[in-house]
Amino acid sequence: MSAITRKLLRDLRRIWAQSLAIALVLACGVTVLIVSHGSISTLTGTRDAYYERQRFADVFASATRAPERLGEQIGALDGVSQVETRIARHVVLDMEDMAEPGMALVKSLPDSGEPALNIPLLRSGALPDPLEPDEVAVSEPFAEAHGLIPGDRFRAILGGQARDLRVSGTMLSPEHIYSIGPGAIMPDDRRFGVIWMGRPAAAAAFDLDGAFNDVAVALTPGARAEPVIAALDELLARYGGTGAHGREGQVSHAMLQHELDQFAALAVIMPPVFFLVSAFLVNMVLSRLIAQERQQIGLLKAVGYSTGRVAAHYLMMSAGIGVAGVAIGWGAGVLLTGGITAMLAEFFRFPFLVRQISPAAFALSGALAVATVLLGALRAVWGSVRLRPAVAMSPPAPAKFSRGAVDRLGAALRLRQTTMMILRSITRWPGRAAVTLFGVSASVAVLVASFFFFDAIEVMLDEMFNQSNRQHMTLRLSEPRGDAATLAAAALPGVLRAEGAFSMPVRLSVGPREELMRMEARGDDAELLRVLDADGRSVDIPTGGIAIPERMAAELGLSVGARVTVEFLAPPRETHALPVTTLTRQSLGEEIYIDAGTLFGLMRQAPQVNRINLMVDDAALGDFYRAVTDTPAISGVMLVTETRDQFNAQIEENLFTMVFFYATLGILITVGVTYNAARIQLSERAHELASLRVLGFTRGEVAYVLVGELALLSLLAVPVGWWLGYGFAALTAQGLSTEFAEIPLVVSRATYGWATLIVLAAAAGSVLAVRRRLDRIDIVTALKQKE
Amino acid sequence: MIGRMMSGLPVFRTEGVTKVYGSGAARVQALRGVDLALDEGEMVVLLGQSGSGKSTLMNILGALDTPTAGRVFFRDRELTRASDAALTSFRRDHVGFVFQFYNLVPSLTARENVALVTEIAAKPMRPEEALERAGLPDRMDHFPAELSGGEQQRVAIARAIAKRPDVLLCDEPTGALDSKTGVRVLEALVDINAELGTATTLITHNVAIRKIAHRVIFLADGRVADVVENAERLAPSEVSW
Ligand SMILES: Nc1ncnc2c1ncn2[C@@H]1O[C@H](COP(=O)(O)OP(=O)(O)O)[C@@H](O)[C@H]1O
Ligand SMILES: [Mg+2]
Repeated sequence: MSAITRKLLRDLRRIWAQSLAIALVLACGVTVLIVSHGSISTLTGTRDAYYERQRFADVFASATRAPERLGEQIGALDGVSQVETRIARHVVLDMEDMAEPGMALVKSLPDSGEPALNIPLLRSGALPDPLEPDEVAVSEPFAEAHGLIPGDRFRAILGGQARDLRVSGTMLSPEHIYSIGPGAIMPDDRRFGVIWMGRPAAAAAFDLDGAFNDVAVALTPGARAEPVIAALDELLARYGGTGAHGREGQVSHAMLQHELDQFAALAVIMPPVFFLVSAFLVNMVLSRLIAQERQQIGLLKAVGYSTGRVAAHYLMMSAGIGVAGVAIGWGAGVLLTGGITAMLAEFFRFPFLVRQISPAAFALSGALAVATVLLGALRAVWGSVRLRPAVAMSPPAPAKFSRGAVDRLGAALRLRQTTMMILRSITRWPGRAAVTLFGVSASVAVLVASFFFFDAIEVMLDEMFNQSNRQHMTLRLSEPRGDAATLAAAALPGVLRAEGAFSMPVRLSVGPREELMRMEARGDDAELLRVLDADGRSVDIPTGGIAIPERMAAELGLSVGARVTVEFLAPPRETHALPVTTLTRQSLGEEIYIDAGTLFGLMRQAPQVNRINLMVDDAALGDFYRAVTDTPAISGVMLVTETRDQFNAQIEENLFTMVFFYATLGILITVGVTYNAARIQLSERAHELASLRVLGFTRGEVAYVLVGELALLSLLAVPVGWWLGYGFAALTAQGLSTEFAEIPLVVSRATYGWATLIVLAAAAGSVLAVRRRLDRIDIVTALKQKE
Repeated sequence: MIGRMMSGLPVFRTEGVTKVYGSGAARVQALRGVDLALDEGEMVVLLGQSGSGKSTLMNILGALDTPTAGRVFFRDRELTRASDAALTSFRRDHVGFVFQFYNLVPSLTARENVALVTEIAAKPMRPEEALERAGLPDRMDHFPAELSGGEQQRVAIARAIAKRPDVLLCDEPTGALDSKTGVRVLEALVDINAELGTATTLITHNVAIRKIAHRVIFLADGRVADVVENAERLAPSEVSW
């Protein structure tokens, strides 16, 4: 090994702590990139494999009652390769281990057993016997939540009749990766499950002999979905079709896609920020590290090493740090990706995981990291290497300090000389101070932007549950009824207030764009379900028009007064051109609102309800639930309060993991910056600090000069970090907002407070670690060092 | 013993070399027109008070720095017109430096510090040989921090001579040493000059040392003030300060 290589290795070992601090910061950028790409490709790959194995359909449609022979016509449509007609109905469950009623989606299985499309995956037991009307398979998460195993029984209300069903087996389905009940905003495996039963039994229960009410279609390879959707829609319109849609309208698929989109948005926003920050830091630390090597650079040149050779030497030293950072980043990235995807797989109920991180992610992050250090080093190396050897070897001339504002300030405030040393050092090297300041404020920003999620969620929940959905629960009716149903509901035990509502699927068209949405009709006297305008105020919807979400209006280029085409996807299937009269704020979900009077006027019908929002006395809940289970007209109960609590718990668990991850990154950056800044200061000023000791200053007073500067800079960095963090939060909120969730930009004081506390603690810790070195410094050695 | 060779051509020759540092109020004229010639195999002591321009002159001779005006020749080559690459190879092949502060690489052992040079030189001696000649046959595997000042300086000398340079430029090599240790270092330099015929320029502000040279050049205020040939040289051990 050549002497210069040996020097390289020993130097790296000597500055290992500093190198490690740089490598760790760099590793952060690499990790974020690997994790976000790894999570996306693993989830996408898993989903695609699952879809393919279980033959997930391409187009879906529901109707009220379509004759079975229509299935053949659908199969004959251009572009259709396979058709699966079935019966699908929401029902109420009366579970022994639950006071409140549960809900389930009953799906029929063909007589032949396994369907051709959306094949459920048997996890335990057997498929239900088509000839046994009471035998069913249930979804695995639901079974697990209730401890159901094959052979167990539970009660369901099918077509108005309470039935004892026997579990033959448990299954998972590609249609229910994201297993969510109707109208719910998150999966709840206790209150919602899927039940598969033989077609004859389902037909008998729901009075659908020789008919189906749900259909799934697979396309021939290369066929476009749109014409098939249009044709299917037309075929089903007469039979109460509610609008055919592709995979993007299938709830589980859409929610999963939403999740993937969020990951993709994070993958676009986060890594560049981290790389930028780490590039900056690496640059600062390396250039100061190399500046300290000035004399050795001069020496190497004096003894005859060429400029290029010397530059290469220091670039190699930096590359060593880069390689270490990449290795750590890759390792942590792979581990974290494993953890995160396992967590998501459990959440989404994938039966298996196809773990994959694209080689491109490794290559990209590696190249970026190494380029980051090399660029940082290049600048510094270049500056030193170009110096003439005599200049490089002579110590840099004592810095020129000049008298200025600081001195007047110092004199006016009668500051101590050690304080003046701190202030002069900052004003003499403003660039250097700026880098430290930037590094610390970047950490504050990262923390503010991650804690911000808690604030956003809180606002979203408040809007969702305290401002707009103030009911305790919502009853779903199996079919629309007259106003009398609301009165009947009001008479149920314990009901304090009942308000009827009507919900129906519509197709909204603006120019060439079409959206399948739900339209909610709301009476003026409704107090439970409220609509918030863009400023968050509760408003009534003017008659004759519709209210649409602000975000959607922006996307479609609509403003108040614009006319949109609304096709009612319920009988009578009519199309109306309606003006937009109000823009609404909806953090979760996207619904259109219309005044009930206006809607039923357009439909030329007496007012109807298919939802009833209720306030119920807690004390009477038992009686109330029994009454609900005994009422055949009720096809489901959504417990709004319960949902909120669950949502809270779930979000907190998921967010905690994410926030923990980013908090770690923030701390690493702080430590990387402050530790390095302090170490470099210590070696740059060892002589000066030792002289102070000779003059009789105590260790503490000497440490003050070193620590004081960093403490001052860290404090100054905090407000800058708040400001940066707010911007970063705005960026994230915008990137992560989708049609399902609009992330509000709100940052609480607690968020700013915690971010500040954590960063200052990390800074204090790393500076104190360096102070311990200062205390052990040998005065004589330090003084002997040439200045 | 090869001794002092008096060939026709000097190793170094300067014509009207001046050096100005800084500008305006901070302007310092370190050299004010230096003309001199150093012969092959000659040992010259460059004497002058602190600030007289000795180091500046030596740095210019060794191509560590460039003059503001004037010309510098190494044998028949004009250094003042050479490119950076040419100056690098000039230093690599022909010049050895010794500084007051030893300028060793702290992360390399004595032997490795010498190897740093032998690895890139054209026809070097073995690091061990260089260290022996410099009077440091043992302690080769010690790091600089484990060596005394005199020992460190001898490593620096070994490093300077290991490439078999044509000239050795020493800037106050004994400046940081006590007299006994300093004598050892001077002995090493005199031996090398005698045995290898390396033209040696020794900077000092210590008048006593002038006796060991063939020739003494007095520098004052950036000019050559006087040149004296020593009729009789003393061995370093006979000098004391
Ligand atoms: N890098 C520099 N910048 C400004 N002035 C310098 C520099 N190097 C040396 N000088 C000045 O040039 C003069 C000669 O210095 P130098 O050659 O180091 O003297 P010597 O080695 O004889 O003590 C001195 O006045 C010194 O202050
Ligand atoms: Mg000098």
